[in-house]
Amino acid sequence: MQQYTDIEEEKEYNTLNLGPTHPATHGIFQNVLKMDGEIIVSSEPTIGYIHRAFEKIAEHRPYYQITPLTDRMNYCSSPINNMGWHMTMEKLIGAEIPKRAQYMRIIIMELARIADHIVCNSVIGVDTGALTGFTYVWQDREKIYEVYEEICGARLTTNIGRIGGFERDFNKTTWEKINDALNSIEKRWAEFERLLSRNRIFMDRCIGCGPITAEKALGYGFTGPNLRAAGVDYDVRVMSPYSSYEDFDFTIPVGTNGDTYDRFMVRNTEIWESIKIIRQAMNNLPEGNYHADIPEFYLPPKDDVYTKMEALIYHFKIVMGETDVPKGEVYHCVEGGNGELGFYLVSDGGRTPYRLHFRRPCFIYYQAYPEMIKGAMLSDAILTMSSMNVIAGELDA
Amino acid sequence: MGIELLIFKSILVLVVFTITLTIAAYSTYGERKIAAFLQDRIGPNRAGPFGIFQPVADGGKMFLKEEIIPADASAFLFVLGPSLAMLTALMTGVVIPWGDTLTLNGVEYSLQITDLNIGVLYIFGVVSFGVYGIMIGGWSSNNKFSLLGAIRASAQMISYELAMGLSIVALIMTTGTLSIKEIVDQQATWHWNILYQPLGFLIFMICAFAECNRAPFDLAECETELVGGYHTEYSSMKLGFYLFAEYINMFISSALMASLYFGGYNFPFMNSLGLDQNMVTILGTVVFFGKVFFFIFFFMWIRWTIPRFRYDQLMRLGWQSLIPLAILNILLTGIFTMREELKNWLFN
Repeated sequence: MQQYTDIEEEKEYNTLNLGPTHPATHGIFQNVLKMDGEIIVSSEPTIGYIHRAFEKIAEHRPYYQITPLTDRMNYCSSPINNMGWHMTMEKLIGAEIPKRAQYMRIIIMELARIADHIVCNSVIGVDTGALTGFTYVWQDREKIYEVYEEICGARLTTNIGRIGGFERDFNKTTWEKINDALNSIEKRWAEFERLLSRNRIFMDRCIGCGPITAEKALGYGFTGPNLRAAGVDYDVRVMSPYSSYEDFDFTIPVGTNGDTYDRFMVRNTEIWESIKIIRQAMNNLPEGNYHADIPEFYLPPKDDVYTKMEALIYHFKIVMGETDVPKGEVYHCVEGGNGELGFYLVSDGGRTPYRLHFRRPCFIYYQAYPEMIKGAMLSDAILTMSSMNVIAGELDA
Repeated sequence: MGIELLIFKSILVLVVFTITLTIAAYSTYGERKIAAFLQDRIGPNRAGPFGIFQPVADGGKMFLKEEIIPADASAFLFVLGPSLAMLTALMTGVVIPWGDTLTLNGVEYSLQITDLNIGVLYIFGVVSFGVYGIMIGGWSSNNKFSLLGAIRASAQMISYELAMGLSIVALIMTTGTLSIKEIVDQQATWHWNILYQPLGFLIFMICAFAECNRAPFDLAECETELVGGYHTEYSSMKLGFYLFAEYINMFISSALMASLYFGGYNFPFMNSLGLDQNMVTILGTVVFFGKVFFFIFFFMWIRWTIPRFRYDQLMRLGWQSLIPLAILNILLTGIFTMREELKNWLFN
């Protein structure tokens, strides 16, 4: 890669608007690039191009109505966002979640992680010009979406689960579909890896493209696969286990150079680890209830609502968002598809949050983007962006 | 020149012209179907049975689209660009020998429009002229993405033209002629040049990919970086001309590869089948098109399999790998052809 050096002032640069609508910016990003031919001299990203003020909206919504807002952050793995939000709430109200519900959550979260990584890695392929792998592995993502569909009826913005657990137990078809999805991912992902990961052109394109050192990555606050690619073995699932992740046996892949190829390989390996976790969860699934016993927050069964007065009262209170929550301040984080997804919640005891803040991993990656592409070529910039998997939905802060 | 010959040649020009355009149009269909096959999809299947009228529908759409010339574009050059691309693409088919001679009423008719004794040079000249179409189109649209695409295309063409030329030099050293017809005739039955020039063919093929702007060398129009590359601003049939020109170039490159290295219309045992000369000619033409279609498929197969290069890697491959290899190939060919003299010189 060519090194950027300070060039004399009078040299003519070209300004190139990469985005907001550009086929390679997966979402709405604007980057004003200053170019010296094909070399990027400097770039200025515009943040908040699609600012939707989720945190402010959340301050006017009862707690259970905030889940759909979290869907729309990283829409490639929205179940993780949903689960993270539910767990934050459970932490605030101090609910005890049955093991079965926790294991079910892990299955869903890992499926979402696989879907997220499939998107990211296949799109790296697209951005290097290999479209075939992309259309090939998206059939598996489709299978994962079918699992979501079976559980909650939705596909992209899932709104999956409830505060306290799930709305219903997984049925037989769901288990079959999960099994089917895993089998086909195992088969097809191995093919995808064979297609790209040792391809000479692909390696030449990715190795040394958009690198970041571990120090810098930590300094910016990187988490998730992008930090692990730089060589730091930080994973929320291991560092502060939630939802019984401590019961599972899996490894955290770590890269060395923090470049596009390492990010690609880390994600590849994580897919295999996620499959391992899901298989363990399915084999060791404990018996028990699929939701916590928290009648103030978990909707009673419909039969009871029609026949019992208490159930009707709770139903009414929950739906109207009239259940008060304890005063308090909690931070809960989960390992999202892209990194540490945090929820900082302040409650003053009312029906809506006093203040809510989402820690969005992509927002942080995007801060480092100008530095990472400085001196690189236009093609590298595109590849760096897609390998960091910056999702526009997480940029509206 | 007899009037019969003139009529025959005119008909042949018309036929070659039509066939070239039809094959280019159906290459788009083939491309989409092959891509679909490789990607577990179905591909076009709405227009007619198996979607075979898709190219017609596409062409019709192109003609009916609104013609847009950007306000800041240089209008004359903007129109000249695609015309030039199309013109040069169509001109190359003239020297390709589509078949051997047909004998009708005792008169021999060659299935080649004209047998230039500098056929190879002619093709090179016309093809290198073709880059002007892309350059002018990219520059005149007054769009930065187009300009970047045009710059990439011209740099790529210039670098790869050299290696291509050098790989042909080695071939010409063995054949001793620049006429494509003669080169093809020398490869009668199974004496195909690929057997004598494998390295040369490899270099020629890679350069042909680059000359046609096909993946993995499609930097000039790579949609993930440059939106549409040099034809970002183009619409209607002007865009169609660019796309068409690309497919015609692919067809001509395939025809060239087939005639220079794979024996053209020659096929093994062609003279021992005991067939009439006209029959052999017709069979030969069929075989020739078979070879051409194989190469077109190969082009597509490559495109939908491997990623593309980065600009600097492309330049490095051209200048640091292909050109030295081509020169080495010339040297090896020289040593091989002069082996008797060398032996005498060394051991006496």
